[in-house]
Amino acid sequence: MNQWVRAAFEKLRAIFGGEELDRDFDAELTGHLELLIQEHRARGLDPTEARRQALIRLGGLQPTRELHRDARGLPAWESFAQDLRYAVRALRRDAGFSTVAILVLALGIGANTAIFSVANALLFRPLPFRDPQRLVWIANTEPEGGLSGVTTRVQNFQDWQRMSRSFESLTGFMAFSDYSSYTLVENGEPESLIGFMVAQNFFSVLGVQPEIGRGFTDEECKWNGRPAVILSHGLWERRFAADPRILGRAIRLNDRDAIVAGVMPRSFDFASVFAPGSRVDLLVPFPLATETDRWGNTMAVIGRLKPGAGVARTQAEMDLLNRQIMRADPGRWMFGARLTPLQEQISGRFRRALLVLLGAVGLVLLIACANVANLLLARASVRRREIAVRTALGAGRARLIRQMLTESLALSGCGALLGLALAFAITRTLSGTHAIQMPLLDTVGVDGTALAFTVGVALVAGVLFGMAPAFASAGPHMHDALKDSARGSSEGQRGTWVRGALVSAEIALACVLLVGAGLLLRSFLRVLDVDLGFQPARTAAWRIRPGSKYATRVQRVALYRELIRAVRSLPGVDSAGISDTLPLGRNRSWGAWLRNKTYGKGEVPIVFPRVVDAGYIPTMRIALRAGRNLSEQDTADSPRVVVINEKMAREFWPGQNPINRMVVVNGRDLRVVGVVANVRHSALEQEGGLEIYLPFAQEEFAVDEDLVIRTKLEPEALAPSIRAALRSIDPLLPTAQFQTLDQIVDRAVSPRRFVVLLLGAFALLALALASLGIYGVVSYAVSQRTLEIGIRMALGASAGHVQLRVLRQTVVLTLAGAAVGLLASFGMARWMRSLLFGVTPADPATFAAMIMLLTAIAVLAGYLPARRASHIDPMSALRCE
Amino acid sequence: MVYVVVPQERAIAESKLDLLQGTLDLMVLQTLETMGALHGYGIARRIEQVSGDALILNQGTIYASLVRLHQRALIRSEWGVSENGRKAKFYSLTRLGRKRLTAETRNWERVAAVMGRVLAGDGGSAR
Repeated sequence: MNQWVRAAFEKLRAIFGGEELDRDFDAELTGHLELLIQEHRARGLDPTEARRQALIRLGGLQPTRELHRDARGLPAWESFAQDLRYAVRALRRDAGFSTVAILVLALGIGANTAIFSVANALLFRPLPFRDPQRLVWIANTEPEGGLSGVTTRVQNFQDWQRMSRSFESLTGFMAFSDYSSYTLVENGEPESLIGFMVAQNFFSVLGVQPEIGRGFTDEECKWNGRPAVILSHGLWERRFAADPRILGRAIRLNDRDAIVAGVMPRSFDFASVFAPGSRVDLLVPFPLATETDRWGNTMAVIGRLKPGAGVARTQAEMDLLNRQIMRADPGRWMFGARLTPLQEQISGRFRRALLVLLGAVGLVLLIACANVANLLLARASVRRREIAVRTALGAGRARLIRQMLTESLALSGCGALLGLALAFAITRTLSGTHAIQMPLLDTVGVDGTALAFTVGVALVAGVLFGMAPAFASAGPHMHDALKDSARGSSEGQRGTWVRGALVSAEIALACVLLVGAGLLLRSFLRVLDVDLGFQPARTAAWRIRPGSKYATRVQRVALYRELIRAVRSLPGVDSAGISDTLPLGRNRSWGAWLRNKTYGKGEVPIVFPRVVDAGYIPTMRIALRAGRNLSEQDTADSPRVVVINEKMAREFWPGQNPINRMVVVNGRDLRVVGVVANVRHSALEQEGGLEIYLPFAQEEFAVDEDLVIRTKLEPEALAPSIRAALRSIDPLLPTAQFQTLDQIVDRAVSPRRFVVLLLGAFALLALALASLGIYGVVSYAVSQRTLEIGIRMALGASAGHVQLRVLRQTVVLTLAGAAVGLLASFGMARWMRSLLFGVTPADPATFAAMIMLLTAIAVLAGYLPARRASHIDPMSALRCE
Repeated sequence: MVYVVVPQERAIAESKLDLLQGTLDLMVLQTLETMGALHGYGIARRIEQVSGDALILNQGTIYASLVRLHQRALIRSEWGVSENGRKAKFYSLTRLGRKRLTAETRNWERVAAVMGRVLAGDGGSAR
């Protein structure tokens, strides 16, 4: 063993095994002393004198012990431990103060740790894949086209795979997988499951392995190959009791037997990364074949770059490749590649919001620090005598500052411990929820990084709020304190000034937070106020997946007709309809054009089709603007018709009547029979695109549909009878799950609400802390000036006059803080511009309202001590002296 | 004035102590090399005697040195009986300690030689 390592180890042992070593050394020292005494006796000294001389030669017993102890241990650590013991005693003596300080700090530190944990999971921590920094997302280049505009055809994918040199490998999944659901009939009720189709090499490219079992085989990845599934960890536990014997067994899925090939590990949740806010139960093979190529742009592509291949260089290569492919095959359309690092693609759009939140909790903590610093300053002036006595007894200035800093670190340490508990609770709630449409939320937790962050924050906070009080109380003017112990004497300008500045700073920080929260809140209200184009209240949707019994269109149409009729006749049901594409959910798009018009490359308009029945538009309360709705008479045998939205009418036939015009969709001629209002279908913040409504009786594509039901009461109340009605028609229909349209809208605004709620909470916390700060400072000033106020009142000052004088202090502090805060708020508002909706960053209403709120609360906080001051009885105030 | 004087005094005191520490460790090692196992009192006496009583130790300081050497495994210790029949801890060199002593002695001699030349001001090449 290296001698220095050994020495360090011995030192550690010495710290913890001190008592035994002390006894050992005492025995040795006694022996030494006796030998010394003997030596002196031998020179003829009497026993007392010999002992005295011996002790002198030794250098004293106690000093020698201390020398020994310092040499064997770590003197710095031991005096720190001593400081810590003293600090804990001092804090316990002042339990009220300590409790308030620790609670304030716990809130501040806990909020910081919690938000950091979220940001860590989404922004800082690498994705849960092998070498995630080499993974890129390859999107198509039609941002207007919804999901179809960012996905690509199997054919393109295969060309890239063959020709590109920069990728180690390419993989993908079927992005529209939630268009089809899987009905599981297995020990229990039929259940509708969401399964995503993934390419065979999906697992190897990402670098994730099934927890048990295997990936898909070649045979399983052929078109119409042997059915196989890989279960999500959640489904495996929920439906199969985590039984490993399920491997290799067949489960009944969509009326076919599918082999369970494997189970994904708990750490890989497909939904949390690629489909946030939803649930993915199964992974199934995505055959890369001519049949799937015909589906068009459906594939989301992920590439693994070769080591050293940069995104920019690879992008250049892909651009070149795509031009070659186009030259060789000019028939391809809606085709391009835009590369983004996968992490950015998944969580990039939450970056700004999370940074805003991180900044906000940082500000809250700063306010908390300023508050605790103020409390400590007030306490320091109470403790002046204690400190003066310690100085008189020989404590150096550095030693005193160290002692005071130890106390503040002890405070922040306790705050951090409590804050950690808070952070654990918050992150646990967040990671358990499916209600927020944010990726990777399930991986949020207080991990090692977050712990380190917390320790760092606690240290910084402790030093930050401990600094001013430590220096103030260990100042060189201590000898004054001993003399000047008279109550009521003023404590000097400097202390007052520091406290005032701290409170003003708190106000300024709170102002920034309030304005930020106010702007976001207004944006949020604007978003909620948006005209959706449909009315979500008291409407619910059941996903219907007809089994293989309904193989033909005729059979399916009959089934849906029957379901709708059964549901409509139920008491409490207003109306019902079906659609395969609900707003704010899926958004596939098709090309649509006019026969007699020629389009340049990339100019073919993109429309969003919904395959619906006659009841859907009235049930959703989408307003009819012109012409007629789809009707029951639009059947497979009648002329093909379509209902379009206003935006499409304007785009295709500006200034003309679109009714009875013909439009080509997917190569088929359709007659426009009606025009309806626009629906916000991709996001509340975004106007919808061009929409078409196609009668489901005329569409091959109508397989899975959502049964939309508008009810007179809340849909939950009618759920049992609706379920029974559906069952009576086909007991094998999975009917357990439904979602209300309110829930769908809610989920779409969930990230925004998440940010608003948190920022609002932080702003309120900041406001409370800042007003607490004002209250503290003004109360303290009043209690310090009791005598002065007493004299003033004895000399005839009225209560109102006294109140006014005290209030003036509050107003000055508040206005100074608000002025600085206002300037900072303008800067911050511009920085968070991308998070705003429908309000400008300098929205005067928000600024005015928040400044007024801040001033009102601040003045109230200052008024309470002012009122107390005006109730001071001059007689008792003077008698006190 | 007080603030100016105190740190200066402290600085000198500390540097004296530093010098003593290193040299004391070396003296202890050399004493154990020539005398074999010895207890703390014996080491202190021996150093004083060898120095011709020019060096009078605060004998307690020997223990700081012994702890340091012991923690670095340069010496080992063992309980035994002293010449007056009392229990005492006897220290002796380890193999590592012997190696260290050789190295330190050589180092010390070089430093002493250089210091001697420099202080003598003879301007010879200080190799």
